[in-house]
Amino acid sequence: MATSWTPDQPIVQCVDVRKSFGALEVLKGISLSVRKGEVICIIGPSGSGKSTLIRCINALQPITSGSIQIEGIEVTDPRLDKLALRRKVGMVFQQYNLFPHRTALQNVMMAPIHVLGQKRAEVEARARALLAKVRLAGKEDTYPGELSGGQQQRVAIARSLAMRPDIMLFDEVTAALDPETVKEVLVTIRELAEDGMTCILVTHEMNFAREVADHVYFTDRGVIVEHGPPDVLFTAAKDERTQRFLSQVL
Amino acid sequence: MQAIGDWFQRLYDTTGLNFSVFYDAYDWGRYLGGLKMTLLLSVTTILLSLIVGAIGALMQGSPSALLRLPVNAFVVVFRNTPPLVQLFFFYFGLGTMLPAVEAAGMRVPLLSNVQWAIISLSLFAGAFNVEIFRSGIEAVPRTTLEAAEALGYTRLKAYIHIVLPLAIRVCLPALNNNLVNLLKTTTLAYAIAVPETLYAVKQIWSESQNVFEMMVVLLATYGILVGILVWMMHRWERAMHIPGYAR
Repeated sequence: MATSWTPDQPIVQCVDVRKSFGALEVLKGISLSVRKGEVICIIGPSGSGKSTLIRCINALQPITSGSIQIEGIEVTDPRLDKLALRRKVGMVFQQYNLFPHRTALQNVMMAPIHVLGQKRAEVEARARALLAKVRLAGKEDTYPGELSGGQQQRVAIARSLAMRPDIMLFDEVTAALDPETVKEVLVTIRELAEDGMTCILVTHEMNFAREVADHVYFTDRGVIVEHGPPDVLFTAAKDERTQRFLSQVL
Repeated sequence: MQAIGDWFQRLYDTTGLNFSVFYDAYDWGRYLGGLKMTLLLSVTTILLSLIVGAIGALMQGSPSALLRLPVNAFVVVFRNTPPLVQLFFFYFGLGTMLPAVEAAGMRVPLLSNVQWAIISLSLFAGAFNVEIFRSGIEAVPRTTLEAAEALGYTRLKAYIHIVLPLAIRVCLPALNNNLVNLLKTTTLAYAIAVPETLYAVKQIWSESQNVFEMMVVLLATYGILVGILVWMMHRWERAMHIPGYAR
């Protein structure tokens, strides 16, 4: 396990990642690297393995072969300290997945108290500040079921940030939202990106990807077909599959 | 109190309806003793069966077959056999095989009939509670657990802070039913001479020759006891209600 990571090295480094579900190979040798503070968007048709890839990055799913390193921690190491990994990597899901029996504020406070054993008063101050940051001041004592999808998703983002991660993973976080609430979530993510948070997004919001991403990866059928800065990829894609996909969604 | 006694005495004198428990101090004492025993049986078996259910359900969800198998066997055995037969098995079967102990200069069985009744009924209701809790646990979405995992929760911590609080809300109505059944099933302890309400009331009617009246008292007693239990469970259900949570 390499522990001598320095910030000038890639914060996330995937090398030839392969992942099979039974006979079905979903990831067929994915390599990518992300530098600290970079915003990466992964786009591509449904079933191309985008979500699987980011679920593998924080070890929610084991990979079949290859290597994934987060700040020098080898995720595939059988002796992996999952808690250490998850302190570094926050994740936001398509379906928000808030804890329905706890208020917005409690949702944000739970993990730092239960998992990191931090002091309640200090965590509460931080949680209130985070809710204000995602523009949910005043909603602290509201239960998830009483919030709109966009509000729930912003609570989920605050909940992840409360663990003070170095990297945020966003798995199609606007896919389940009403069109009018998509924007409020995207604004929150853009602010995070502007603050220098390292972000990896799987998204179908092409305009958003074009606007915030430093680098865009196009995946299809388990491989990275091509990647590059958004200006180049969206206007001058070289591969025929990328061109076809972009012409359908743009 | 005296007025109530006088009223029932007069009722007996004028109509022949003999509610002896309400004016005869001796019968009242026996009835009250039975009621206390029923409450002792109910409260202890409810608590023990809940613990059996929670531990059983946690073991049942374990990745290790070594933990799952015994729980499944336990549930099958206790669900597929009559509770009265279980009680007899424990008291007459196991009870006689255990060594006797010296107490106050006498040889007495290691476990009394009351203790056997508590053990037997707790296991019987506990087996059902395992299945009830499991239904609640399975209703917690996998994605909710995944979010907990991504936040660094271990399996046990997620079980305590997220799975159980959600599961218990889902399974409360079923749990409610089972606990009501358990309270009523404590009357089976009569069969091994535990002096609970049915036993006490039967003694009273044998001596006072007032079977019909005591039957009425008996039915009313259980009707009220179950009523109180259901009221408490509903209060609990309401206290646990989550605003906006449409499950």
